[in-house]
Amino acid sequence: MTGSVPPYAPRGAGYLRGEAPFPAAAQRALTDGQLRRNLRYATRTIREKREHAVAELPDWPQLRAAGAAIKDEVLAHLDDYLLELERQVTAHGGVVHWARDAHEANQIVTRLAAEAGATEVVKVKSMATQEIRLNEALAAAGISAVETDLAELIVQLDHDSPSHILVPAIHRNRTEIRDIFLREMPDVDPALTDDPVALAEAARSHLRRKFLTARVAVSGANFAVAETGTLVVVESEGNGRMCLTMPPVLITVMGIEKVVPTWRDMEVFLQLLPRSSTAERMNPYTSTWAGSVDGQAFHLVLLDNGRSATLADPHGRAALRCIRCSACLNVCPVYERTGGHAYGSVYPGPIGAVLTPQLTGVADQPTLPFASTLCGACYDVCPVAIDIPAMLVYLRSRVTADEADRRWLPTAEAAAMSGLAWTMRGRRRWTWALRAARLGGLLARPGKPITRLPGPLSAWTAFRDLPRPPRRSFRDWWGRR
Amino acid sequence: MSPTARVEILRRLRDAGAARSAMVAVPREYRGPGVPPPHEPARGAREPGDLPRLLAGRLTDYGAMVRHGRVTDAPALIARALRASAARHVVVPDGLPAEWAAAAPDPLPDRPRLDIAELAAADAVITTVTVAIAQTGTLVLDHRPGQGRRELTLVPDVHLALVTRERIVAAVPDAVAAVDPLVPLTWISGSSATSDIETGPGSGCARSAAAGCHLAG
Repeated sequence: MTGSVPPYAPRGAGYLRGEAPFPAAAQRALTDGQLRRNLRYATRTIREKREHAVAELPDWPQLRAAGAAIKDEVLAHLDDYLLELERQVTAHGGVVHWARDAHEANQIVTRLAAEAGATEVVKVKSMATQEIRLNEALAAAGISAVETDLAELIVQLDHDSPSHILVPAIHRNRTEIRDIFLREMPDVDPALTDDPVALAEAARSHLRRKFLTARVAVSGANFAVAETGTLVVVESEGNGRMCLTMPPVLITVMGIEKVVPTWRDMEVFLQLLPRSSTAERMNPYTSTWAGSVDGQAFHLVLLDNGRSATLADPHGRAALRCIRCSACLNVCPVYERTGGHAYGSVYPGPIGAVLTPQLTGVADQPTLPFASTLCGACYDVCPVAIDIPAMLVYLRSRVTADEADRRWLPTAEAAAMSGLAWTMRGRRRWTWALRAARLGGLLARPGKPITRLPGPLSAWTAFRDLPRPPRRSFRDWWGRR
Repeated sequence: MSPTARVEILRRLRDAGAARSAMVAVPREYRGPGVPPPHEPARGAREPGDLPRLLAGRLTDYGAMVRHGRVTDAPALIARALRASAARHVVVPDGLPAEWAAAAPDPLPDRPRLDIAELAAADAVITTVTVAIAQTGTLVLDHRPGQGRRELTLVPDVHLALVTRERIVAAVPDAVAAVDPLVPLTWISGSSATSDIETGPGSGCARSAAAGCHLAG
């Protein structure tokens, strides 16, 4: 690494920092039985489907290796690819804007929407615009943003926040959705049932008018091809096509890491993404376009917001390979139990636990790297082979180093660990310590674990039991043979 | 545009170590364009690699009605498909062969451009396709003559797609190689799958039902 570390995503804007640290938020979520039932059903269903979709392609490991390498090449020369993308988009009649952070991106979109005379914009589901909390910024300027993805609409109507990358209302079941529609949709049929088809139809008629009248659409991008300036949006419901096609002004906000070098690279990602995310052979609708189409004005906003800071860390930058498929969420035993809100970020689950603290700096999200059992399932399913468990361990060391830098006295844990290191370095000290540990046996009845340690050590037993130390250590036994 | 933001982001990326590393070699050992895909048993397939049968099977899985025939049968197939969907007012894009357009009970040419209300009132649209991907059941439109601008396949409820044999490719890499990334493309593959994952609503909100005709010879 050379030069100074680029700035992190700023505080006070966007959705990368939660109200509570992960352990506290998770504890609250775990008490919600309905949430846990909804999550268990949903994650289990998609896990099984995904296995079939992936098993159907015998060359999946080769596609995965290619996907990882393409993204690594992008990250190695990100400035070149962004400049090429800018040249191509501009050559085809689009306008490219650069945003250092959430504030700047929100200002750009708000200004463009206001210049187009819009009081309402239609939105295609996009992680980048959730990350910068664009809807709130537009609302502050008197412009209402209408989410047109069904699940995103449910979340918006409920004044809630998304809890999954792909299925943002995964924490809701259909009866809850019916109740939200009845409460929040002005012209809904009061006799609406919780039949999925009826719910989809209610949303369809609610949205259809919006599509046909909106002056401005805002989207994200799954990929942007540097070589040709082609933008790619992959979706399931067709609402994306509506937004991208109908309004006279289109504004696309994308993270700078979404660029890929060549059009040919799409042969890799258009196979990896749908099979890994929705467990389909292909997602229902994919739209691609280069620059301005049929007289529509096209603006592309390139968002940094902590990505260059992530790129600066050679051990953490692979998190920027992520194509937001959400397979790692669906296999994660922690996510399956806590749900997405506990992560306090638009990016939940294993990828969120490594990406969010890098975008904000570990000081602002110090508990997320610990929100994992390190079981490794996330790495196995990742279509671009991000070694999330190794990155979590690395980020834990960054959190510890960061804490040590900021404190005058070491934490109890750090003091205990350095004491342990000193003890283990000397043979006599270690032998003595093992014998002394037998005294710990006094803290529990024979055959039972220790459930509560005294004093500051109680922090260790708050969430786990400690096995009762054996009467004789291995070293003692070996020595006496 | 703020030139400062642009300059600063590029400077950050160079500080972060980009643009100083060697080119990363991409291993392309997966099945690329032109390589026959592994045999997939398609319903009713007469031989491995019977792409039209595989495509038809996938489209049927998506809930589309598929009909087969020779190119000379096209007008009759179109008329039957439209009757089955109870479609009368049918959008016919520029460049669609005249005898195909004439098979619609009430053809609506997009010239002068139909406005949104007229499109919303139409029952169906007929188009050709640029390529059709057998392995995934995907129809790719590039909106050139015969397919019309993007709105035409977006608003009417029924989309009748005519697929000729030479437009069918095996898999995604073949399609990526066959299309022009500089013109707008629409890739269509069945209906929404996120919904049943979510325990919630059925099919996507903005989709139109598809019907397809596959034409041989």
